[in-house]
Order: sequence, then structure tokens, then C-alpha cells
Amino acid sequence: MKLLRELLFPLAAVIAAFAVGAIVVLAVGDNPITTYALLIGSAFTWPDGIGYTLFYATPLIFTGLAVAVAFRCGLLNIGAEGQLYAASFMTAWVGITFASWPAWLLVPLCFLTALLAGGVWGGVPGVLKARFGAHEVITTIMMNFIAVALASYFTQYHYKPQGDPILETVPIGEGAHIARLGKFIPGFPERIPLNLAFPLALLACLLVYFFLWRTRWGYEIRATGANPAAAQYGGIAIGKQIVLAMSISGALAGLVAVNEVLGYRYRYYDSFSAGYGFTGIAVALLGRNHPVGVILASLLFGALLRGGLFVDIFTEHVSKDLVMVLQGIIILFVASEALFRGLSRRRIKGV
Amino acid sequence: MNILLILLASAVRQSTPLLLAALGGLYSERSGVINIGLEGLMLAGAFTAASVTHYSANPWIGLAAAIVAGVLVALVHGVACIRFKADQVVSGTAINILFLGVPALLSGALFESTGATPQLPQGQLIPLAPIVLAFALVPVTWYVLNRTPFGLRLRAVGENPEAADTAGVDVARVRFAAVMLSGALAAIAGAYLSIGQSSLFARNMTAGRGFIALAALIFGKWRPVQTMLACLLFGFADALSIQMQGVSQVPVQFIQIVPYVLTIVVLAGFIGHSRAPRALGVPYQEKR
Repeated sequence: MKLLRELLFPLAAVIAAFAVGAIVVLAVGDNPITTYALLIGSAFTWPDGIGYTLFYATPLIFTGLAVAVAFRCGLLNIGAEGQLYAASFMTAWVGITFASWPAWLLVPLCFLTALLAGGVWGGVPGVLKARFGAHEVITTIMMNFIAVALASYFTQYHYKPQGDPILETVPIGEGAHIARLGKFIPGFPERIPLNLAFPLALLACLLVYFFLWRTRWGYEIRATGANPAAAQYGGIAIGKQIVLAMSISGALAGLVAVNEVLGYRYRYYDSFSAGYGFTGIAVALLGRNHPVGVILASLLFGALLRGGLFVDIFTEHVSKDLVMVLQGIIILFVASEALFRGLSRRRIKGV
Repeated sequence: MNILLILLASAVRQSTPLLLAALGGLYSERSGVINIGLEGLMLAGAFTAASVTHYSANPWIGLAAAIVAGVLVALVHGVACIRFKADQVVSGTAINILFLGVPALLSGALFESTGATPQLPQGQLIPLAPIVLAFALVPVTWYVLNRTPFGLRLRAVGENPEAADTAGVDVARVRFAAVMLSGALAAIAGAYLSIGQSSLFARNMTAGRGFIALAALIFGKWRPVQTMLACLLFGFADALSIQMQGVSQVPVQFIQIVPYVLTIVVLAGFIGHSRAPRALGVPYQEKR
């Protein structure tokens, strides 16, 4: 019964959003049914549709998990975007600087860099909140811009290949590449960039579930999120939980670097993220801040990202921006029914 | 001397959209409703202004339409946050994402473009009026907040909605008014970008200005005059980075991050302390 209810609200929100989206499509002058058929249909063809849907879902699982973990502690991490940029640049930097190192050393090093850089970029707002009461929504927004600007600076002035018109770094060492799934799945071409980051994302979901619901630290984070005053009264150090939750959140967002840098482009590419950090908010909300929900919501948004490209090409008027519109409406609907849930109990100060 | 004048003029121009949006944010947030949707509201205003001006050949009609659009979009935020008690930050984020998409989608349908409106002729622009309006609104806002019954109610529902409610103030109504006002002002800020500073709407042309406006609002401690000074400072940084492009050795990225770093520093309490309205972000449940 509880499960049914948990599924029902998000589903209703998605259906309502598609209904509003249909009106938009009609207004723009296309047929909503054929548009949606194209949107969903092209996301599930074998192997390209499914391959790319899962590829697009991968960063969303990471950012969705990131936002969800912070949410569970009563924090809204709007900074996943900056955290994934900081992590991606740093990961590429390690991959470039130690390019000659063997894979067994370089891959783990890059992986740890992604975790650490993301964790630091998320942890700083955590410390600022715990120590000075600076609201995490504002500090993470500011940290987003700072990450993008710094990464763009270092790319442009220090790591750009000579004469390259595109703002990107030189490639990382071959030892830092991780395998594409085409290598292991027969009939699945290696040109599809779906890589080992996808199983890693699923593993991360499992670990986050275990951490939040089966460990003491996880319990303390959730207790802090559910009722900070009661948690403090019960002897939980609130400040520590905030820093911990934000660091873990940032580290999870940082893992986007594994997909992007180690598994796909093999370099840092300026402004590569299609708003993954922000879509992560939608993913977490729609997925009820639960790892399983995060996977399901990521698959939906991954499919929309994939299908959006086809809508762009094959419809008369509608562009792939329809996906963004749907996303916005879904968030609005999910947020507005949050009054039935614990979410509205969250108290925000100082934005 | 000449270069300094150019720089100052540019700073005033750059700070205008920030100031309009920040004053909009001020009304909303002083009433207790967080508005991180300023960016989206600006985009809605910018796109509406440019498209309607294109069709009507009259920028004033474009500006009026932008205001209507801003109010309507803000109303969506208001309904979600005030009526349905949605998380205000989440709702604002939704508005931002939504209006990255909507103008692009509509421009594809209306103008067969991928996110831009047609170029407007020089005569159909209003480069000066929004600047005058923005700076004139600073004393007006101060007066409204501190010397009118509406301002008193606005501050009351933002600081202590329970007490305001007990005193007979309709909390929801005041908050709705404030949010709609913020939508109107943010839309004018957007309109200034598309039919004042430039002559068309381009995809994501606000480029984070809604967030800088929010930063200026916090930097200015939610007060009109201080907020204006913050906008001027951030506008000056912006102007400096434009002037220095290609001239100086200092990378523009370092100047661009100044507002963001300053905001974090202020929030952390290293320079004075910025205190938010007490009921900011807290949905109010009427007592009846």
C-alpha cells in the first residue's frame, strides 16, 4: 500500500506534466501524439536508443543521488552542477598530468580525484552552513558559477591544445580510459558511449541505500533531516551531519566525471553539462529521494534527453527544448504536491 | 578620463537589469517568499518583450506584454508556494528550468529559429527608460516599504506572519501581491536586456544575472539602497570584465567570479552580517 502511494504521486505528476506539455506542443503547431511517440519511441530502440538513454541516465543517477542524500539531511544542494564541473576538471587534470601512468594506478587515482574534488566543492557550503549559518542554497549557487569560471580559466589559459577552436583540454592519458560496455555486451556497438560509469552508478545507489538505512551515520543524517531539534536533543551533532551530508552529496555529483571524462570524451570539455546538476533536483524529487526512485526517474529523464534529439529533427516546429519544459512542469507538480509529504516541513532560513 | 567615463556608463548599464531584478526579489523576499526564479522570470520578460515588439513595432507594447508575462509566471510560483505550500526553492528552480525551455520552444515555432528572435531596428528599442526607472525605483521602494501601510504589511508577513494574521492582515494576499510585483520587475529587467541593451532575444541571454541579482539582494541585506550599491558594484565588475577583454592580462573569469565570492564571504559573516526576513521560506498556514 505504501509502495503504491509512493509510486502514484510521481506518476500522476509525470502524466499531468505530459498533459500540459501536450497543450504546449499543440500551441506550437505540432501533433502531441506523434511528438510523444517520437520522444518515447526513439529512446527505446536497440541498441542505439537504449544505449544512449542509459548513457544520459548515468550522470542523472549520480546527481539525483547527490541531491537526495542532501535532502535526507534537510539540505537542498543546488550545487551539484558546480560539484560535477569541479570534479570533471580536476579528474581531467590528473589524467593529463599523470598521463604516462599505468591504468591500474591511474584509473583509481582519477576515480578518487572525482570523489574528492566533488566532495570538497560540496563540503565547503556544508562547513559554511554548519559553522556560520550561511544558507546552502545561496552558497551552492555561487559555488556553481565559481567552478565553471575557474575550470574555464584553466582550460583556456593552461590546458587547451594549441590552435584548438573549441574550449577543451588536451586529452587525458590512455591509462585513464575506462571501458565502454560494448566491449562486454555482444551486439552492442562500442561507438555508443555507455561505459563502466553506468554499473558504477547502480552500485552507488546500492551503497547509498545501505549507508542511509543500515548504518549509524546514515541514521544520524536522516534524523537531522527529519527533525534537527529532536536530533540535537538526542545527542546528534547537527553541524557534523551537515558537513558529512554535503560532502557525500558533492562526491556523488563528482562521479559524473567518471562518465564524462574517463568514459566518454577523455578530456575536460567546457560547459559539457546539459544542466545535469539541476535535472538532478528533478530526479531526486520525482524519485522521492530514494535510490530506487532515483534510478527510475533518471531513466525517464535519460529517455527524454535521448528522444528530445529526435523531436528536434523530425517534427515540424517542436525543438528538443520541449524536454526542458516537461522537466520544469514535472518539478512544479511534484513540488506542489509535496504539501502531503514531509518535504514542506523543511524550514529554510536566510535565502 | 574618457575611458573612466565609458567604464562608469557601462557599469550603470550593466547594473540596471541587476537592480530591477533585485528590487523585484526584495519585494518577494521581504514578504517571506524566496524567489530564486528571478532568472526564469527575466528570461520570460526578455523573450516576451522582444517578440511582442517585433510584431507590434512598438517597444512600449513589448514592455507592457513583458510585465504581463512576468506577473503571470510569478503567479505560478505564487500558487505553488503560497496556495500549495510547495518548497519555494524547488518551485523557483522549476521556473528557471521551464523558462530556459519555453522561449527556445516558442522561438522555434514563431521565428523558425533555435532560440533567438529577429533583430529589431534601432528605433524600436528603449535603451534609456529602464535605467531611469530602475534607479528611480530605489527611493520609491524605500518609501513603499517604510512609509506606507502596504509596506508595513509586507514586512509584517515576512517577519512574523502569525502576528500579522492576528492583526487582520491577509497573509496570502500580501504575499501574492509581493510575488507578482517581483515578477513584473524581473520581467522589466529581462525586457531591458532584449529591447534595451541589445536588439533581440537570444537563448539564455540572462546568463546568470538573475542569480547575481539575488546575490546583490543578500549583499544589500534585503534593503533598497544597499541593494542598489551592491548592484552597482557587481555591474562595475561586469563592465570592467567587458572593457578588459583582450586588453589586459587579467583573465575575465577572475573578475566574473567577484560577485559570487563576495556573496559567500558576506553570507559567512566575514563582512557584517546579512539577516534574512525571519519568515523567509516558511509557508504560512492560516489559523482558521
